[in-house]
Amino acid sequence: MKSNSPPPRTVSSFHFRRIYKQTQKTHPPFLGRAIEIMLFFSYFKDLVGREVTVELKNDLAIRGTLHSVDQYLNIKLENTRVVDQDKYPHMLSVRNCFIRGSVVRYVQLPPDGVDIELLHDATRREARGG
Amino acid sequence: MATGPGLESLVDQTISVITNDGRNIVGVLKGFDQATNIILDESHERVYSTKEGVQQLVLGLYIIRGDNIGVVGELDEELDSALDLSNLRAHPLKPVIH
Repeated sequence: MKSNSPPPRTVSSFHFRRIYKQTQKTHPPFLGRAIEIMLFFSYFKDLVGREVTVELKNDLAIRGTLHSVDQYLNIKLENTRVVDQDKYPHMLSVRNCFIRGSVVRYVQLPPDGVDIELLHDATRREARGG
Repeated sequence: MATGPGLESLVDQTISVITNDGRNIVGVLKGFDQATNIILDESHERVYSTKEGVQQLVLGLYIIRGDNIGVVGELDEELDSALDLSNLRAHPLKPVIH
């Protein structure tokens, strides 16, 4: 039993916990690194439907609605627009895209999409060993 | 339930691939796998430059290794036909640096 009381549960934090538990059942950890993957995987699943900006390692930045994410943190965005369209006209005719996880540098989130306390708590628990 | 990348919805569609070395290749997605290796039919590369318009180099049937893929975008044919590629000037995309 933890000695300090758990943080207050908001509606969104309850939703995240449920997805996190679901993910732990459907994606059993394999040796090594899986634990960190599940945490952010669950977190992104909770963010589906929100508008995010993905900055890639080649400096391209794509804004769109988060459609789905997978275990490799590959991201599918809908209704995409490149942030600096004059500099990067290469994707002018693309409206939906699949972004490989390995090429993502940042995912810029809406400020009200982040429950800092909850993530901090879950990360601390993961670091301790689940 | 280890599902691969959700590229299934893009099979048989025209897609625009951005590779790690900054190239843009357009073609019809024929197949893919868990590692994001893809099979692209009727592909051509679009070379962007600041001096002349977009050059299109015909490639044919290609397999692109997943390691080298950055973005797979669904090309909207209507939007694409409205583009005047011969008048488009841009710096080529930068390569991916890990």
